[in-house]
Amino acid sequence: MSAPKTLYDKIVDEHRILSFDESGAAGERLLLYIDRTVLNEYTSPQAFSGLRAAGRNVWRPAASLGVVDHVNSTNPDRDAGELDDGARRQIEYLSENGRDFGIEIFDLFDPRQGIEHVVMPELGLVLPGMVIAAGDSHSTTYGAFGVIGFGIGTSDIEHLLATQTLVYRRLKTMRVTIDGTLAPGITAKDLIMEVIRRIGADGAVGHAVEFAGEAIDALGVEARMTICNMAVECGARVALMAPDDKVVDYIAGCPRAPSPDLLAAARAEWRTLRSDPGARFDHEVALDAADIPPMVSWGTSPDQSLAITGSVPDPQDLPAERRADAIRAMAYMDLAPHTPLQDIAIDRAFIGSCTNARLTDLRDAARILKGRKVAPGVRAMISPGSSGVRRAAEAEGIDRIFIDAGFEWRRSGCSLCLAMNDDSLAPGERCASSTNRNFEGRQGIGGRTHLMSPAMVAAAAVTGRLADVRALAVEELN
Amino acid sequence: MERFIRLSGRAAAMPAANIDTDVIMPKAYLKGIDRSGLAIGLFHDLRFDDNGALRDDFILNRPDMANTRFLLVGPNFGCGSSREHAVWGMLQYGIRGIIGSSYGAIFADNAANNGLLLLSLPATEIAALMAQLGDGAGDMTVDLDAQRVEMGDYASGFDIDPATRQALMLGLDRIGETLTHAERIRAFEKAYLGRKPWLMAADSDEH
Repeated sequence: MSAPKTLYDKIVDEHRILSFDESGAAGERLLLYIDRTVLNEYTSPQAFSGLRAAGRNVWRPAASLGVVDHVNSTNPDRDAGELDDGARRQIEYLSENGRDFGIEIFDLFDPRQGIEHVVMPELGLVLPGMVIAAGDSHSTTYGAFGVIGFGIGTSDIEHLLATQTLVYRRLKTMRVTIDGTLAPGITAKDLIMEVIRRIGADGAVGHAVEFAGEAIDALGVEARMTICNMAVECGARVALMAPDDKVVDYIAGCPRAPSPDLLAAARAEWRTLRSDPGARFDHEVALDAADIPPMVSWGTSPDQSLAITGSVPDPQDLPAERRADAIRAMAYMDLAPHTPLQDIAIDRAFIGSCTNARLTDLRDAARILKGRKVAPGVRAMISPGSSGVRRAAEAEGIDRIFIDAGFEWRRSGCSLCLAMNDDSLAPGERCASSTNRNFEGRQGIGGRTHLMSPAMVAAAAVTGRLADVRALAVEELN
Repeated sequence: MERFIRLSGRAAAMPAANIDTDVIMPKAYLKGIDRSGLAIGLFHDLRFDDNGALRDDFILNRPDMANTRFLLVGPNFGCGSSREHAVWGMLQYGIRGIIGSSYGAIFADNAANNGLLLLSLPATEIAALMAQLGDGAGDMTVDLDAQRVEMGDYASGFDIDPATRQALMLGLDRIGETLTHAERIRAFEKAYLGRKPWLMAADSDEH
């Protein structure tokens, strides 16, 4: 009988066309078959130019989808689209490449347009056991389906388009087990922020991370996507969760799901997509879900975060190797040591991004916003994760809750998560944000980002300061 | 891509942890459809102030750093966004090698695909090299053929992935290499997709 295998190794083995060294262990160099990719307008152009220059074709055009998401305006008046010349050219070139290479493209005004990592799963294009590589670091999102998803650069996009493969190094494995039950008001975002805080921004570099345990099993598929999405912020190249019935049910409801017959056949195989009992991981981390508080970031790296009840740390209390970075981060964030986080006033509030802009995220925020108003002086925006999410929310009346509270109900795109479009912070502005990166300048030069869950953004928006959602929403949480 | 065999040049220290690709290549320089024009974007918001003037406090702006070829960096350099523009900008600026203890994984792949040398040394070795720099600058030689790095009184061998080393030294055509296996890819694909008919159900050309 063969040795017990991790879920990660099972999927790699199933996609290994040939091995260059036959080691079968971490570090093995192999040619990996890629099931699918999604292309955006800003990391794909040079890949297509490379194909054109070399006279190469796309190996399997039907395995690719192109979506405009990074540079488009989210202005609700779609004809007001404030596109600069570069953005316009990128969008045009994506369509041109789709036409010339036979790849389906969702352009700016396609009813299916949205953030790539929201669009792919909601269409039913992400199926357990797949390998999906794409030109965006948050491709780890697909791990929620039992999929090896990972980000690649443009040269590898070109390689993938031309060959349907990547030259791949087998990763080491880490398992993060979260048993216990999340307390009321605590979300998947808080959970993953606590994991990142605990292991550090480089804590999982070189690893495929499998998330397991009662707290993961209890989460819905969209919440699981939040965790896998943000796992890249602790360096994970791949995030994985064993697919269960919730995943199959989610897929069954998607427009491009396999037919019921095919789904039944698939379901039997998908049951085997789990780490074998006794499978060995290179690292193991364990957390108790009950210990996880509502989290907010205070610094400029996603691991610089704390419970909302805490205070900005004193660099002298930090390990020596983290001190200089903390001092630099505090200067950029204009925060003094010992400042209670709940005393920090905000200028902006943003709900959006591939991390936290799906329908359940919007519902979470709406629960807090219902009957409340955004604090004076705060500009609040919501950009639903896809045009489909936007329509679904409107069908439920959630848009009215946001609008009545004083939020701008925007169109879909990456928007203020990375501010490649006209949504950005002014220098010095401070934003409560449901996004994934608090890097210097991420939301605009000199802009200051505090990461948190959508419900916590809603709480901050109505309070005007970083706020503890639990204090605000006693009845909503019960 | 330019081959890397042996190179001597200026090295600059950037010891902060987690320097991300948003900082290496800010968003304002991501709006092209080709690879050109990115040298100006490299570390742009660290190099220039709001008025476009050079910042005195940034190491690469020092007069003695005009021909910097190497960066000596802190852990997890190049984390974050997948943007290959960060690597293109490095090379266009003149940086040919980076020496650190760990890197963002996508950044490392992008570097290998473009001939930017990334050396991974233990944190203790990085500290020893930083100590050689004194005021943050020094002259370094990296010999990829001999797998040896030298700076001031410091000299040490290093390990590097053999495939990456070979690609850096020979400048291989990766897609061309893979396409020599086209028949095996095709045979694998046919068997694999045949075994799992549900995979093709979602293919976009069927809709």
